[in-house]
Amino acid sequence: MGYRLEHGGHIDRSQPIRIRWNGREIEAFAGDTIASALLANGERIVGRGMKLHRPRGILSAGCEEPNALVTLGHGAELEPSARATMIPVRDGLEVQAQNAWPSVRFDLGRVLDATAPLWHAGFYNKTFKWPSWDFYEQWIRRTAGIANPPRKPDPARYDAVNAHCDLLVVGGGPTGLLAAQIASRAGLTVMLAEQDFQWGGRLLATNTLINGAPVAVWLTSVLGELATSRNVTLLSATTAFGLYDHGSAGLLQRLDLQGAAPPIRQRYWRVHTKQTLLATGAIEQPLVFEYNDRPSIMLAGAIRQYVNRYAVAAGRHIVFATNNDSAYLAALDLVAAAVPVQLLVDSRAEAPAQLAGWLRAQGVEVRAGTTVLRSLGKKDLRGLQLNTGETIDCDALGMSSGWAPAVHLYSHARAPLAFDETRQSFLPADSKPPLLAAGALAGRVTLEESFADAMRAAERILAHASRPADLQVAQPLVEEPPVAAQVGALSRPGAGRSDRQWLDFLHDVTVADAEVALAEGYTHIEHLKRYTTCGMAVDQGKTSNLNALLTVAEMIGRNPAEVGTTTYRPPFTPVALGALAGRQVGERYAPRRLLPAHAEHQALDAHWWEAGGWMRPACYPRAGENVRQAAQREATAVRASVGIFDASPLGKIEISGADAARFLDRFYINNVAKLEEGRVRYGLMLNENGVIIDDGTVARLGPSRFLVTTTSGGASRIVNWLDEWRQCEWPGLNVFVSPVTTQWTTIAVAGPRARELLKRFESDIAIDAKSLPHMSFAEGRLEGVAARLYRVSFSGELGFEVNVPARHGAALWRELLRRGADLGVVPYGVETALLLRLEKGFLHVGVDTDGTTAPADVGWGEVAARKKGDFIGKRSLRRPNDLRTDRLQLVGLTSEDANVLVAGAHLRLPGTTKGSDGWVTSAAVSPALGRPIALALLRGGHARLRETLEIHDLGKRGTATIVKSAFFDPEGARLHA
Amino acid sequence: MIPPGRTMQRYSFLALARHAVNGNRKWPRVLHQPTLKKTYDAVIVGGGGHGLATAYFLAKNHGMRNIAVLERGAIGQGNSGRNTQVTRSDYYHLVSSKFFDRSLCLYEGLSRELNYNIMFSQRGKVSLAHSPHEMEVLRRTVNAIRMNGVDSEMLTVADLRKLEPMLKIDCRYPIEGAAVQWRGGISRHDAVVWAFARGAGALSVDIVQGCEVTGFTIEGGRVTGVKTTQGSVATPRVCIAVAGHSSVLARKAGFELPLHSTCLQAMVTEPVKPLINTVLVSAAIHVYVSQTGRGEVVIGGGADVFSSYAQRGGLPVFESNAQAAIELFPCLGRLRVMRQWAGVVDISPDTSPVMGLTPVEGLFVSAGWGTGGYKAIPAGGETMAWTVANGRPHELIAAFGLDRFAAGALVDEGAASGVAH
Repeated sequence: MGYRLEHGGHIDRSQPIRIRWNGREIEAFAGDTIASALLANGERIVGRGMKLHRPRGILSAGCEEPNALVTLGHGAELEPSARATMIPVRDGLEVQAQNAWPSVRFDLGRVLDATAPLWHAGFYNKTFKWPSWDFYEQWIRRTAGIANPPRKPDPARYDAVNAHCDLLVVGGGPTGLLAAQIASRAGLTVMLAEQDFQWGGRLLATNTLINGAPVAVWLTSVLGELATSRNVTLLSATTAFGLYDHGSAGLLQRLDLQGAAPPIRQRYWRVHTKQTLLATGAIEQPLVFEYNDRPSIMLAGAIRQYVNRYAVAAGRHIVFATNNDSAYLAALDLVAAAVPVQLLVDSRAEAPAQLAGWLRAQGVEVRAGTTVLRSLGKKDLRGLQLNTGETIDCDALGMSSGWAPAVHLYSHARAPLAFDETRQSFLPADSKPPLLAAGALAGRVTLEESFADAMRAAERILAHASRPADLQVAQPLVEEPPVAAQVGALSRPGAGRSDRQWLDFLHDVTVADAEVALAEGYTHIEHLKRYTTCGMAVDQGKTSNLNALLTVAEMIGRNPAEVGTTTYRPPFTPVALGALAGRQVGERYAPRRLLPAHAEHQALDAHWWEAGGWMRPACYPRAGENVRQAAQREATAVRASVGIFDASPLGKIEISGADAARFLDRFYINNVAKLEEGRVRYGLMLNENGVIIDDGTVARLGPSRFLVTTTSGGASRIVNWLDEWRQCEWPGLNVFVSPVTTQWTTIAVAGPRARELLKRFESDIAIDAKSLPHMSFAEGRLEGVAARLYRVSFSGELGFEVNVPARHGAALWRELLRRGADLGVVPYGVETALLLRLEKGFLHVGVDTDGTTAPADVGWGEVAARKKGDFIGKRSLRRPNDLRTDRLQLVGLTSEDANVLVAGAHLRLPGTTKGSDGWVTSAAVSPALGRPIALALLRGGHARLRETLEIHDLGKRGTATIVKSAFFDPEGARLHA
Repeated sequence: MIPPGRTMQRYSFLALARHAVNGNRKWPRVLHQPTLKKTYDAVIVGGGGHGLATAYFLAKNHGMRNIAVLERGAIGQGNSGRNTQVTRSDYYHLVSSKFFDRSLCLYEGLSRELNYNIMFSQRGKVSLAHSPHEMEVLRRTVNAIRMNGVDSEMLTVADLRKLEPMLKIDCRYPIEGAAVQWRGGISRHDAVVWAFARGAGALSVDIVQGCEVTGFTIEGGRVTGVKTTQGSVATPRVCIAVAGHSSVLARKAGFELPLHSTCLQAMVTEPVKPLINTVLVSAAIHVYVSQTGRGEVVIGGGADVFSSYAQRGGLPVFESNAQAAIELFPCLGRLRVMRQWAGVVDISPDTSPVMGLTPVEGLFVSAGWGTGGYKAIPAGGETMAWTVANGRPHELIAAFGLDRFAAGALVDEGAASGVAH
């Protein structure tokens, strides 16, 4: 049972802190993690395995922890599966064990362990098929999922930051700190990230002297210097979670680990760096033996860290089992802190003489050639059985199977790894700038080697950055025990039950599972991983992948290098979705674009629609009116008198340059090169496949100046389209493409009294029918303001589109309403505009067309065929499929039944029983005609005028008659008024 | 003739119990390690779901036994192991709808057909609409699907609230309704790969891993063999099913495929208790979300905007996928992403697959699956097997031939659905 030591540790004993563990208050000190606090308070069982619900204790002291996953907080601030080993304590912190019921000590899920052989690797592939998977899944879903999720919106705020630097150093241990210090003195801009909330990495776990003083002295001096260097950004509690293309890296800064309820919970750094130095250290690996999963069986280095950093002893009768030198250091440190060590067993035939000698001198028994066969106990560890047949009593075991370099980030960058026989693990192969690996990550074992490696790495970094090779820092001197890199073979005993030897603690994957997988042929390491799910738990295999790999290699008698490792995928440790999203959630998920006259529309109680990013009035309902009724009223008023419509989102693009006419002519299916000045032409644009992508007008402002309008939705898309062709295909043309959509407010004035209303404005533009006929354009001034006036119509009425600079838009809108009050002027919105154009059968690209519609399908075939010059999409119009007569063609429909004649309803011609012959693209009850009308794309529709067909909508049926698509004023008399 | 040692153990709970008593030491081999022979009646290039399914159906439906599947790495490690496991058939065009519904029907019986639980979970696939226009588009799609005889219905906001209590209806683009295909859902992608591999292996198909095809032997416009890193193989029939690298391989056979390859990324969160009940897709908030049986929330979104074979996604799309997921489910903010990855998707100009014959006689292709190949595995395998066996396209895939681009007969599902997919 663990307890707190009287002295020592990097904790602040003057600051006692109380946290709640499963509702009970326990004591801790500032600087403790939840794990060290639990250990200090004698807690042994802190979690349960995912599959078999076996009791589990704290294994590690870092991010690799697979067992001590706990739930923090409650309600909206609930945080599932936090690593108790990474979270510093703070007053009032609520900590709950998870994946256990009713409690973590007495969990009914334990019944699964009693029947464990049934739940071997891949068992679910072999059963639960009858009557159906759905039947079982509902139960399995409830038992799986190791923690309860928050069920309320996350109230926290997150930041996202872009940062640039010359050097990103990942890892704030000895290697990273020293390299950062050198790079900083050489003048590089440096970012240094350390995932722990304290700096120092492995230094915190040792009691070595640096330059003759405790590590804290060196740490304080280096950190003090870095903190005051203006070219250094120090980020503690910050995990570099992924390396990406072109020197970009993702970092997560856990501000929530640095105090209670900070205003920003976490900050996501998107770093763009010229060079990266990885000093991510190494992760100690567990030994594999029978019942190696019992609580109080810990990593040797973790026991050492709990003593040195937190002044916590893991037990009163501690035994170490190892296949390498590092556990000796742990044992020595324990003895130095007056924590009794009972025994150290080393699986190697010979113990390291000096280290063993020191330990023996302290009264610790050391036995070489000895391994642990199995652990003994019920829930907790009581003792060990050794391969000598002997049984040893103990209450904690520190095990070490060597240290696996944390190659994850290095591997994200697709840099090569090589298997190292000495260390029995994968190391970065041949790392070079701009991506360097150093320190324990590069296989350095002693502190001295790591410091030397940092010096070498810094030298290469400076050379790569073309800086003088003056390091300006002397390598710190250390006195430390001699430690060799050599690791003994994976000491899995041949005897014992393989189904009780754990590889992956959290997912409950045992050696037996690997045996089943291999027997069944899932031999490739990726198959083994996916079949057994080893390494796929939330710890992503930091303490299981290597053991699985070595075990498999041993079983199939191949070299681990041939077996290879699985793909390391980001993130290194899990990252909150909220942090990745940053501020771009809720209202900020996407910006809203407001019209210049937004406030005026608001004052008129506009019913808003968001279309193409713009907030647009759909209509202006009066009391008691719904959208449909309001649109009907507004449409009637426009046809009777005059209405005004804010069409500002209409795309407006100026095309200028000597080749402007040639350029534009290549986009439209109709001829625009010969358009006269002051005239406007309506045209269609196609893509290479001959499909209509946009429609709009072209006005000629001068010999080499045109103003193009596009649909509102196409405004930015068409600018890109024009520019892509200009830049990539026809760079020789002298032409400029300038988007001016937002520079101008566009207000459509439509109705029989439109001219009368406009005449009330002082202007140098003559607007009588002769001076400004339908489809013409003039520039001038309106009430002293620059104005561009179109005589065009989307409503079928006498219509103008008045363009004034955007800053005058609101005033123009107000004045039109004021001066037209006696004419009965009505404001109308998008819904009304679409209703008016539907009555005319005018095309709405993207609604009445889709990604297959060609000009001939909407009645523009002849225009396209007549044009002599080339245009985009022309050759596609001659493909066999485009010449078919049974294409979907735009027609008008009328019906007695407005309930079935709705947009989205489908059509069947007589004789069709399956599938569809087309669909209704737009539909409404026409206020002018008083009956339901619609546009539809119908198979071979142009040849079927006056035929009747079936309409189908969500199970309802009706009939409709095919008519011409111009329902109202087909001759266009009103347009030309 | 089935090679010795390739017997298939029937899987059942009873078998599980029997083996448990025996200490699970006698489970027979499922994935075999055959050595490459010199001659095959047909060679399938690519050991993903499509390749394995094609081999399985060639053996099962067409009696061919001398077949090899050649896989460069390990089976199922490409897009078959990198997708978001969604199965559905709510396609717009009749030809697509027929094909994908055949696939869904096969999926519905696959666990039994292959005696391997693929964990096929028909929890419903919901498409959200965020504007009146999107509602019209959905209505059009739902009607089209229904007219094709496939199930689909509209959901109101009230229905959605009941179905997905955690969904934020009043999000940045307020949800106005949805369409649902109840037969849509998810399954376990690795299981599908292994199930087909096990089935094919038992029918004596040689699945050769670690064998890369480096070229083709073509004589007089006819394929006569393939060159591999393990030597040359003579065969009169070859089917290319290699997803993201289809155009690379096609070039080695001397023809072009109109495909571009880009990375599509996805991610899963740490596992939690049930939170999301269906598969949700939103076009306006470009994301799809579901939760696995194990409790992980799977999130996918748009493809990276640049062409790449890197099998690795970048940060910008990673972020936007997170933003989109939170926009729909604000309670996800504190859940943590556990893994992020990407697959290389091969996208055709009309986002429909390219299946069937090629300019080289005896050489067939199953490609252009873009972001939707997983759901097509069973029917893709079945129809390609028929096509390889008969030398002409199966009727279900006739519209997806390579010749459609010259004819202009595109099956534009992207245009029909209004979203890139």
